[in-house]
Amino acid sequence: MPEPAMGALAGPVSLSSARPWLNRERLINGLLLMALFASPFIAQAVGETYYINLASRIAIVAMAAVGLNLAIGYGGMISFGHAAFFGLGGYVAGISAFHAFDMSLLLSWPITLGGSDFMPGIWLAAMVLCALLALVIGAISLRTSGVYFIMITLAFAQMLYYFAVSWPSYGGDDGLPIYLRNQFPGLNTNDPLTYFLICFVALGLSLALCARLMRSRFGAALTMARLNETRLATAGISPFPIRLVAFVLSAVITGVAGALFADLNGFVGPSMLSWHRSGEIMVIVILGGVGRLYGPVAGAILFVLMETLLGGVTEYWMLFLGLVLLGVVLFARGGLMGLLAGRARHE
Amino acid sequence: MTLSLLFEQLLNGLQLGTMLFLMASGLTLVFGVMGLINLAHGSFYMVGAFVTAWTAGMTGSFWVGLVAGVLAAAATGAVVEFLVIRRLYRRDHLDQVLATFALILIFSEGTRWLFGSSPLWLNVPEVLSGSVALPGGSRYPVFRLVIIGVGVLVAVGLFLLISRTRLGMRIRAGESDREMIGALGVDIAKLYTVVFALGAGLAGLAGSMIGALQSVQVGMGEPVLILAFVVIVIGGIGSIKGALVGALLVGVVDTLGRIFLPSLFKLFMTTADASGVGAAIASMLIYVLMALILAFRPKGLFAAND
Amino acid sequence: MSEAVLELRNLHKRFGALQATRDVTLDLRPGEIHALIGPNGAGKSTLIGQIAGHIAPDEGQIRLSAEDITGLSVAERARRGLGRSFQVSSLADSLSVLRNVMVAVQAIQGHSFRFWKPVDRDASLIEPARAAIARMQLSSRADTPVSELSHGERRQVEVACALALNPRALLLDEPMAGLGPEGSLKLTELLETLKLEVPILLIEHDMDAVFRLADRVTVLVSGEVIAHGTCDEIRTHPRVREAYLGD
Repeated sequence: MPEPAMGALAGPVSLSSARPWLNRERLINGLLLMALFASPFIAQAVGETYYINLASRIAIVAMAAVGLNLAIGYGGMISFGHAAFFGLGGYVAGISAFHAFDMSLLLSWPITLGGSDFMPGIWLAAMVLCALLALVIGAISLRTSGVYFIMITLAFAQMLYYFAVSWPSYGGDDGLPIYLRNQFPGLNTNDPLTYFLICFVALGLSLALCARLMRSRFGAALTMARLNETRLATAGISPFPIRLVAFVLSAVITGVAGALFADLNGFVGPSMLSWHRSGEIMVIVILGGVGRLYGPVAGAILFVLMETLLGGVTEYWMLFLGLVLLGVVLFARGGLMGLLAGRARHE
Repeated sequence: MTLSLLFEQLLNGLQLGTMLFLMASGLTLVFGVMGLINLAHGSFYMVGAFVTAWTAGMTGSFWVGLVAGVLAAAATGAVVEFLVIRRLYRRDHLDQVLATFALILIFSEGTRWLFGSSPLWLNVPEVLSGSVALPGGSRYPVFRLVIIGVGVLVAVGLFLLISRTRLGMRIRAGESDREMIGALGVDIAKLYTVVFALGAGLAGLAGSMIGALQSVQVGMGEPVLILAFVVIVIGGIGSIKGALVGALLVGVVDTLGRIFLPSLFKLFMTTADASGVGAAIASMLIYVLMALILAFRPKGLFAAND
Repeated sequence: MSEAVLELRNLHKRFGALQATRDVTLDLRPGEIHALIGPNGAGKSTLIGQIAGHIAPDEGQIRLSAEDITGLSVAERARRGLGRSFQVSSLADSLSVLRNVMVAVQAIQGHSFRFWKPVDRDASLIEPARAAIARMQLSSRADTPVSELSHGERRQVEVACALALNPRALLLDEPMAGLGPEGSLKLTELLETLKLEVPILLIEHDMDAVFRLADRVTVLVSGEVIAHGTCDEIRTHPRVREAYLGD
């Protein structure tokens, strides 16, 4: 084979022989995304504005699940504590809005810092804090594996939960209302459709990031860390730092989703940190199809629709969620994407 | 800070520890023998509490309720094992977590559907409603002492069961080599059902007794379940001895932390701040303990197998 | 022996009452295949574990190109040029041959924290990986998932993965195990040309293969080196005959 030219025209250097650009999975992915994108506009047109917020909710929980899917599906790290990052992101939005609202200081030492309702700043703060938290949790939890890892991530999230419940400054058990939704320069975030678009773009970016990431060298190493840790080490790459960085990135994505979620609901409380929330995000990943890029989107649509439709019929809708989940785990392991798009493609 | 307060809180810690041991021993046994992580273990605790409170309410006897609660929890465990759990032994931990999470949803909502959302109450039986004097002058409820006593009896019973009986021999064999005991002609399916029901029954026993100390309501099993996870992670998953040591450690540290940390912070803070900060730190204390132990021993204090 | 690529000096390893490795010293020189043989339970696995970095020796030193690597992790040893294959095939079965080999190329090119550029268009990864696969005569199978390969082909992939590291020394753990006569012969031929570029420490059960390939042989019994020398010396060595034939 001649030395191939680099760049877009480097045809011969591909991993495998021609794969069609449009396959069934990509078609399904596009349809899911289009359906999610179109639904609030349809709701707007027919005057059912309640459903716009529902679409925002789907986009946000899908994004949280995209984050978790990076850890579980691509990294093989079964984190049962992602509510910690979801809730931390939420509290960053809530606390910042709280101080911006009553113009008090958030910090007086070592620097003075007031609140802010500037969304990009809040997201950045949520990302940084979630990254730091994930660095600590990951560094301790990743020393272990298997069932220990599951329980330790759960325990760390519980630690934050109980801290939020018993720390009185920001509402404790009662949570913290966000009276005025945080602002994005040039946009009216109070308009449901505008807010949906913000959430949708955030979801799109997180999907694009994951897709790109998993095709990179880092993604190749992470895949090998999941499939065969010994092989990765023998190839000269230490698995621990690869996993840790993936865990941190996963937490950052879930954390931003948490900040968006708090603004959507105008409220943040310990329930965002509870282990039910961790379980819920995990359920969304699995309902959709673990390790599939768009699995979280499919799972979030299914979950929120079940919650809304069944929840409208019976107050015991979680009973049916439990039965569906049990059915998926026992009999349909590929989740919704597995049913729609067939078995996962292996490279 | 009097000596009698310290003594009283130490006993409270031991009582919490024994409840945790009843939960944790079942979890760790099921993991050790079958390699299964079971989130629905708290549901058996809840079943025990509900059946005890309901039966005691109907018959007027705590004791009938207690027996009914333990048996109901064990029976529920056996049925769940037969219908769902045995399909999970060969699956990975992710499937186990999700399926048993689904079981929690089903049990919690099912219980809410049957009993409603308002809590049930259960009275401490007449014979055990008194209190005894502690050194230092304060008095301590007999019922809590009895709970500690039951925990000690169960611990001794489990050690005897595992070290002395045929069932225990099979359990130990199952922990070290799953294929081997199948080859020796032991009916593994039956052994697994029995072990699972035993664990569920112990969780039910804990739930039955706790019903006399706190309200019986949906979701009551979950905080205990997570504490029990902390216990078995600290003790080493699969080890009964680890579960015992971990349970007592967690029970005592948690109880004493909640009482003494706020007082400690009062030494250098205003009273209001100290109680807030103290309570917040105290609620995190056992998780900090767990993180510290794992930092030095990633497989817990008495690691058996993974 | 200053020219040695890989040196073990006075290695000791004890597990409780069992002395698994007792004062083992050996070296691997450029251009040779040095075979390590011994009956079952001789402590070969423990010794390989110590060389590759899975097990820490109690005493002694391991040197690669005169550099002490005793305290390094598996991954660090691999980056310094110690390639190895496993007794039981240790590949990611769902990935293609190329993908398996590319991970090794990635490691020697520096860190793996590159998040943006897609690997499937990265010639600097694909070309060396294809070259390593070609050296093991597997080019036609490069895009096949490992799960579809024959047993012998998997062994070749294992060696290709090790070769992709541009290793200074190869540690091959029973590469012939489970191969039919044909596969065994093919691998033997490949190793014979390979040794000229990279010296090989060969742990092998198949005595025919050992005596055909090895330039020198070391015999391990009960964790201890009882003999080393050329094939002919080993064949007639009384203690080896005693260990293997019981006479």
